[in-house]
Amino acid sequence: MALDVVDQSATAGSDAVGNPSPIRRLLRPLLRWEGGLALVLVISVVGGSLLSPEFLTASNIFNLQLSIGEIAIMALPLTLIIISGEIDLSVASTLGLSSSVLGYLWLHHWSMGLIIIVVLALGALLGLFNGLLVTRLGLPSLAVTIGTLTLYSGIALIVLGSTIVSNFPLSYTNIGVNSVPGVDLSYSMLIFFILAILAAVLAHYTSFGRSIYAIGSSPEAAAYAGIRVKRVKTILFVLSGVVCALAGILFTFRLSTAEYNNGSGLELNAVSISLLAGVSIFGGRGTIVGVVLSVATLGVIQNALLLTSFPQQAMGVVIGGLLLVSVFVPNISLLRNYLRSRRLRSNAALVDDAGSNG
Amino acid sequence: MTADHNADDFKAVALSLQHARKYFGAVHALEDATITLRKGEAHALVGENGAGKSTLVKILAGVHVPDSGVLEIRGQQIRLNSTREAIAAGVAVIYQEPTLFPDLSIAENVFMERQPTRRFGRIDYPTMERSVEEILAQLGIKLDPRRLCLGLSIAEQQIVEIAKALSLKAEIVIMDEPTAALSSAEVDRLLAVIESLKRSNVAIMFISHRLEEVYRICKRVTVMRDGRYVLSDATSNVSQDQLVRAMVGRDLEIRSATSDAPTGAEMLKVEHLTEEGVFSDVSFSVRAGEVVALAGLVGAGRTEVATAIFGIRRYDFGAVTVGGKRLRRGAPLEAMRSGIGLVPEDRRQQGLVMEMSIARNVGLGSMKKLSHFGLLNSGRENSLAQEWGARLQLKYGRIGDSVETLSGGNQQKVVLAKWLARSPKVLIVDEPTRGIDVGTKAEVHRLILELARQGVAVLVISSELPEVLALADRIVVMREGRLVREFARKDATEELIVEAATVSGGVAA
Repeated sequence: MALDVVDQSATAGSDAVGNPSPIRRLLRPLLRWEGGLALVLVISVVGGSLLSPEFLTASNIFNLQLSIGEIAIMALPLTLIIISGEIDLSVASTLGLSSSVLGYLWLHHWSMGLIIIVVLALGALLGLFNGLLVTRLGLPSLAVTIGTLTLYSGIALIVLGSTIVSNFPLSYTNIGVNSVPGVDLSYSMLIFFILAILAAVLAHYTSFGRSIYAIGSSPEAAAYAGIRVKRVKTILFVLSGVVCALAGILFTFRLSTAEYNNGSGLELNAVSISLLAGVSIFGGRGTIVGVVLSVATLGVIQNALLLTSFPQQAMGVVIGGLLLVSVFVPNISLLRNYLRSRRLRSNAALVDDAGSNG
Repeated sequence: MTADHNADDFKAVALSLQHARKYFGAVHALEDATITLRKGEAHALVGENGAGKSTLVKILAGVHVPDSGVLEIRGQQIRLNSTREAIAAGVAVIYQEPTLFPDLSIAENVFMERQPTRRFGRIDYPTMERSVEEILAQLGIKLDPRRLCLGLSIAEQQIVEIAKALSLKAEIVIMDEPTAALSSAEVDRLLAVIESLKRSNVAIMFISHRLEEVYRICKRVTVMRDGRYVLSDATSNVSQDQLVRAMVGRDLEIRSATSDAPTGAEMLKVEHLTEEGVFSDVSFSVRAGEVVALAGLVGAGRTEVATAIFGIRRYDFGAVTVGGKRLRRGAPLEAMRSGIGLVPEDRRQQGLVMEMSIARNVGLGSMKKLSHFGLLNSGRENSLAQEWGARLQLKYGRIGDSVETLSGGNQQKVVLAKWLARSPKVLIVDEPTRGIDVGTKAEVHRLILELARQGVAVLVISSELPEVLALADRIVVMREGRLVREFARKDATEELIVEAATVSGGVAA
């Protein structure tokens, strides 16, 4: 459509408003959340290596990867869900139920290939259940997934009872504890990196990803732009279910154990990763790069504290404090805006005074 | 003509506001508001949407402080800096939709924050309930003060607010369109309550679009238009005709661009569209190249019809057809694919994702077009936004700036760009110029006419009659969820439209 309703004499565009100085433009990426996080990561690595000679050894770094692998994997789809303005607290229960079903089917002599397919499908189903409750019934995801957190781990207990399945063949459990040939990388970390790349492409370079951000920022405006809000959210929950089931499989192989309470409590670690990654709990903001940095930072700090003689009881204090800071810092700019608007308002009130008393 | 020296001016002045002015940035909400309320009298305030009535109410309620002007209450000059100060000065405001605490009783709501107490701070329920019972009896209303407010009708909720006003010893009660959401029996009851308020020597300001009510209970009437008072007189001195003319008032603007009567194919066809309790049996069509305006009061169901056409709302019966293809209910994406665009009423909530950049907001409607092998091409997104920004003369810093940084008019241009980039066959614009400056307004008008000239079928919803008359080839008027009149542009006048939109028993289309 050729539309030229307005004359072009007044040029619109880039020269209308003054650009910030080049220095500020250079500094801007550092001022972003991810920049700060990278800085914290570097400091933690340096600190860790100073505090403990063991820290930078290959075996320690490998252990670090093992300890955080599954949680990191679960944090990826969780991050997308949080960006869309929802939350999934059933991730660890999905992991646990997947692990239990894996153990149960193995006890019943199913082939591992088939079991993996069934478990992944089960994960999709569990996610779909969350998604439908949230989108079709319009229930808040916080409440829904607190419910399914308990429900799914309850089902896991029914499935496996007090049985502990641990007769998995080495060919599988080796995946859990050995490194990828040629690199000091655990399989869980390899899978995390692959999924992170996929998630980053999905979130930042596809219309689906753009829809996630739009929904998280303003579900109403997203719907008015033709975005199928319910569908996008349902897909995200299904993705989360599948990925958590995958994490469940890895978790089982790593510990060589399928138990009904596998992974219980890990949902909070996954949420912590997302928050530290700078993802807004209100939706609409966050990056996958942030998640990768956040995984590394949390892993390094936890690991470094383990290596030193730091009292383990106080670990929670450090991680919790870090989280509070990560929630607080992004809001500093909001605080600044608030203060500025208050100042403007009080100036306006002065003008009011001058006006109405005249 | 303030009619200050009429014979029946013996009643004492309760409140007088002289020459109040209130600007919000570039928006001149109120230029010159002047009104005098007298004890024991109901005074009507009428005017079109956007005439400044709400701003006036907010000034009296202590929400806004006027930029200039003199407010006197009981002869004392006063300045209301907060709602608290307004209440202390004896001013109570009853809004169209009261906000009570649903889980508390009527008595508790009336005495919120100032419950009578007994020893040790215990709330004195018997005293509280007795006092509310007395007030309700005085108003001639049977309601149990112990009843929870949950489930009270809007009319009953208003009564509770009035009871609260009386228990606060309010001498000035302002009612902002209290009857808009009431059934006729409820209106009768409310008007009876107003009569009893008058007998208690309360001064009442009554805002309503329904002129019959104004004549029934108000002794005086003030008309506002474009933020100014234009007439203030005894209702017995003004005919309904005169009132309507005063509300509409200004010289009719000549249509900015005259187009021949469009003869294009029927692009949008709406048949018997009905959503129970919201709108019913709405049928009309828009041809290619035609601008049809949906006129009516706020709350007449126009926006609801528009969002039902677009698929955001579901409807119960009826059909929407675009270019011969019938649309599924509740499927905005399908509506968009068949060629509909909707510039919604609420720009900030519905039209834009405020945190996102200009480019992303423009691209949000065209993501499929901007994708290549499933990947969004942000370079193309930027150039699309820049292209439309230039065509619509958008004033912005960088295309990556968030739309929050733009002025209202420029934000609206971003919304328009989002839809125009899709080359729509049918464009619905809901209050396209609300809250934007005069210059941009004219640009938007020109744009709409230009689109029609290029064969787009345009449906305009507007509460501003000059805008309706400037743009529309045809005007359909809605009242209370129904289409009541249809005018060709040459037959339409502001008076006729206002009459069709306000007077019950108007001729059915």
